[in-house]
Formats: sequence, structure tokens, C-alpha cells
Amino acid sequence: MMARRRGDLLGLRAALSDRLLPVLVGAMSFLAALAVGGALACATLAASWQGDTEAALTIQVPQPNDPDAANDGTRLAAVQRALAVNPDVQGEAIMSEAEMNRLIAPWLGSDAASLGLSLPAVITAQWEGEGSADELATQLQQASPGTLVKTGAIWAQRVAALTTSLQACALAVLLVVALVAAAVVAVATRSGLAQLRETIDTVHGLGALDSDIAGRFATRAIWLALGGSAGGTLLALPMLAWLAWLAAPFTGPARLGGFFNLPPALLVLVPLLPGMAALIGWVTAQLTVRGWLRHLP
Amino acid sequence: MVRFEDVWLRYRHADRAPEAEALRGISFEIEDGGFRWLTGPSGAGKTSLLKLIYLAEHPARGRIEILGSRAARITRREAALLRRRIGVVYQDFRLLPQLDAYDNVALPMRLARRSEAQVRADVDEILRWVGLAHRLHARPDELSGGEQQRIAIARAVVARPKLLVADEPTGNLDNEQAERLMLLITALNKLGTTVIVATHNTALVERYPFPRLSLEHGRLVHDG
Repeated sequence: MMARRRGDLLGLRAALSDRLLPVLVGAMSFLAALAVGGALACATLAASWQGDTEAALTIQVPQPNDPDAANDGTRLAAVQRALAVNPDVQGEAIMSEAEMNRLIAPWLGSDAASLGLSLPAVITAQWEGEGSADELATQLQQASPGTLVKTGAIWAQRVAALTTSLQACALAVLLVVALVAAAVVAVATRSGLAQLRETIDTVHGLGALDSDIAGRFATRAIWLALGGSAGGTLLALPMLAWLAWLAAPFTGPARLGGFFNLPPALLVLVPLLPGMAALIGWVTAQLTVRGWLRHLP
Repeated sequence: MVRFEDVWLRYRHADRAPEAEALRGISFEIEDGGFRWLTGPSGAGKTSLLKLIYLAEHPARGRIEILGSRAARITRREAALLRRRIGVVYQDFRLLPQLDAYDNVALPMRLARRSEAQVRADVDEILRWVGLAHRLHARPDELSGGEQQRIAIARAVVARPKLLVADEPTGNLDNEQAERLMLLITALNKLGTTVIVATHNTALVERYPFPRLSLEHGRLVHDG
């Protein structure tokens, strides 16, 4: 007689169907891929924004054309002199009248100059010092009392806090998705156990170890979860590529477009999702079956 | 060896009705290589006693020793390995519907991780013995009651168990097949397998005059 395959001893192909479980795990993987993409996008955007924001320096000089404290020129010129000799300040530039008008237009209308308000001069610059700009603020106060120095540090902290909370949300989504996937596998496995109760009773009576029976369920769960998850992840890739394309202007110049815009970390993490789904399927099926088998003598 | 000492078995009911006592104070011993008929009217407790022997139930009280192992003291893994040394012919056959005759018979050997070459040789031989070599690809629902019973018997003996437990193994067989089955069982017994056969077939018991355990209302009323 020809050699025969061991095949599906328990009848799991019918009891653990290849329809509902893979579809649900695929949906979970789709969500997980988006969550991973979201978390990484947050990190990338935050890194980009934090770098720009943290270094930004804004200096407001009230009554810029009044004489300075030493009566050695205008208050604005005194501040400019102080900035020019400070090696930690680079790229200082006085904001133009047009730019000022654009900034205050939402509050004072498009022609603020006609109101006769005494507006401060605003100097923008890059702070390249190691520590805070407090010492610079003191120097400018002495040169021109009332001068305000603002750095982007506070905004950088807020961006960091926002990023952390968004990443925590993404992790929570991943956790929920993993738990739902595990629940789906557990329910499918219990349903399979109920359908195969007599078969399992018989196989158990013939001397099958708990690990034999659980292993067969777990192997089936692995393939179903792997297949479903691979499908869900593949479906998520175009969506991720589209989101990456949308985010490209904020993260830097777009390169080749499409999948090539995806962060390298995402290209590494997303293919791991089917493996994670398979692991969840294996562990859940093992635990569910072994727990159920405890009812047998 | 199979040894029962003051064994009681109670079935719990899901509806909280009083527990039913299936067996009461059963004590007996079957030596290695022994043969016992198990007789008694329906409901006397024959199947319950067999279930205790093939470790499908736990006794409420008493001590059971099967093939040198105390049933109450073995781990789940040890119990599974012990079950592999016990061949069981169930009253309702319990063939797996998704497997054909060959794979049903091969099941105990595959669970014991025997090589496929050995499985093939032993399954072919035992299927010839039970006269079903020509039906190996048939699934249980394609077999008659008698054929199913012969497949169940083949599955019970294919791995050459140390202990064979059969619950009405000739119930669906004609006289010729029953005779052929008894030849197989007695041959196994002569090779050292301990055998316990529950039956209503008094003619068979008279034709093969082995010692007998008789049950009535869950009590052992005859041993010898």
C-alpha cells in the first residue's frame, strides 16, 4: 500500500473554519498596522517639529525707536548689538512690517498701522546654546529694559507630551487589538472543541496527551491567524503609504513616493504583525484547549 | 494486573438531584495475562466498571491499580501513557467520522508515534484479521454496524495492548464474526494480554469458560 499522510486526525479543518477567524484576525492586523504606523508617524513628526521649535528664539523689543538706557542709540539697536556679540545666537532677523501685519491681522485687522498702536519690534533667531536662554534675557533686559525673550522650549515640551500621549494611545490600541484577536481565537477554539467533543473524548481515551490535542488546535490556529493577519497587513500597506504621502511635507522632503516614503522602522515592524498574530493564535489555542481538557479525567 | 479494592463510583447530576451510585464496594483482582468475562443485567454497572479500568472515570472511594499504576496517584501525562497500553472496544464504537477505516485503526499507533512503516504493516495485518482489508478507504458512515464494530475491535488491538477492555464486542456481529473475534481475543490473551469482556452473550460465555465477574445493582455478586 502507498504511504499515507497523517492528515487532519481531529477534523479541525471543518471545526476551525478558514473563513471567520482569518477575516477577524485580518481586521485586527489592519488596525494594528495603522496603530503602529500612527505611533511611528508621531515619533517622526515630533522629532522633526521638536528640533525646529526648540531652537526658535523670539525677542520682542517694546518702543524700539526710543533711546536705550545708555542713550547710545535706539533700544532696538542696543538689542541687536547684544545679539550680534552672543555666539549662541544665529540668524537673527527683524520681522518686517508686512509680516507683523499678517501675524496680528486676526486680532487687529489687516491695517494695524492705521490704528496708531505702538507695536514692539520682533527679532527672530536660532538659539544654538546648550542651556536655556535666561542669561541672554538678562543681558537684553539690561541693554533695553522691557525686552522679552521667548524660546520654543515650552512648545517642544508640549510637542513631546503630545507625542508621548499619542504613542500611548497607539500602544493601547495595539493592546486592545491583541486582546480582541486572542478573544476571537479563544471563541473559535471553544466552538471547535464543542463540535469535536466526541472525537476529543475518543482520542483522549486512546492515550493522546493534552499537548498532542492542544498542539493540533494551536497549529491550525497559527495558520489561520498567519493567513488572516498577512491579508490584513497587506491591505493596510496602501493606506499607510497614503498616510505617509500626506505626512511627507511635515517630515521632510518627499523622496520616491508610495511605499518608499514609509519610515524604515515601519517597514520592519509591519511584517512582524503576522508573526505576532500567529503567536497570539498559538498561545491562546494552547491555553484554551488545555483548560478545556482539564474537564476530562 | 488489575486490582480493585472497595471501589465506589457515583455519578453527579447536573440538576442537583441526589448522586447515583453506579458501583458499590467492588473488590477483585485479575492477574497479568488473565481473562474475565463481565456479566450482569443492563444497568448493573458493567460499563461503569470498565470506564474505571480504562481511566475514563474517577472512583468516589476505593483503590484502583491498573498495570502496576495506582490510578489516583498518576499524573495526567502518566494516565495518557497508561491508556496507550489499554485497548478499548467501546459499546458505541466511537470511530472518528472524518477518518477512513485505515486511519481509524491506525490512530492508537500514530498517537504513540510509531513509524509509518510499522503502522502500515500492523494495520494491514489487523484489517485482514477482521476481514476488512478490502474496506480500508471506507468512512464509518459507509460501513455497516458489524463492520464498524470490527474496525473498533481492530483499533483496540492493533497496538498490542497489555490490557484489553471490551464492552459488548460481539453485539453487532453474526456468529461467524463473533467466533473469529473470540479467536483473535484469545490469541492475544495467550500472548500475555489481560482481557476483560463485558457481554450479555451467555452462549459465548459458555463456549469460552473463562472466570467471570458478575454485577447486580452495582455490587459484585460473583467472582470466579
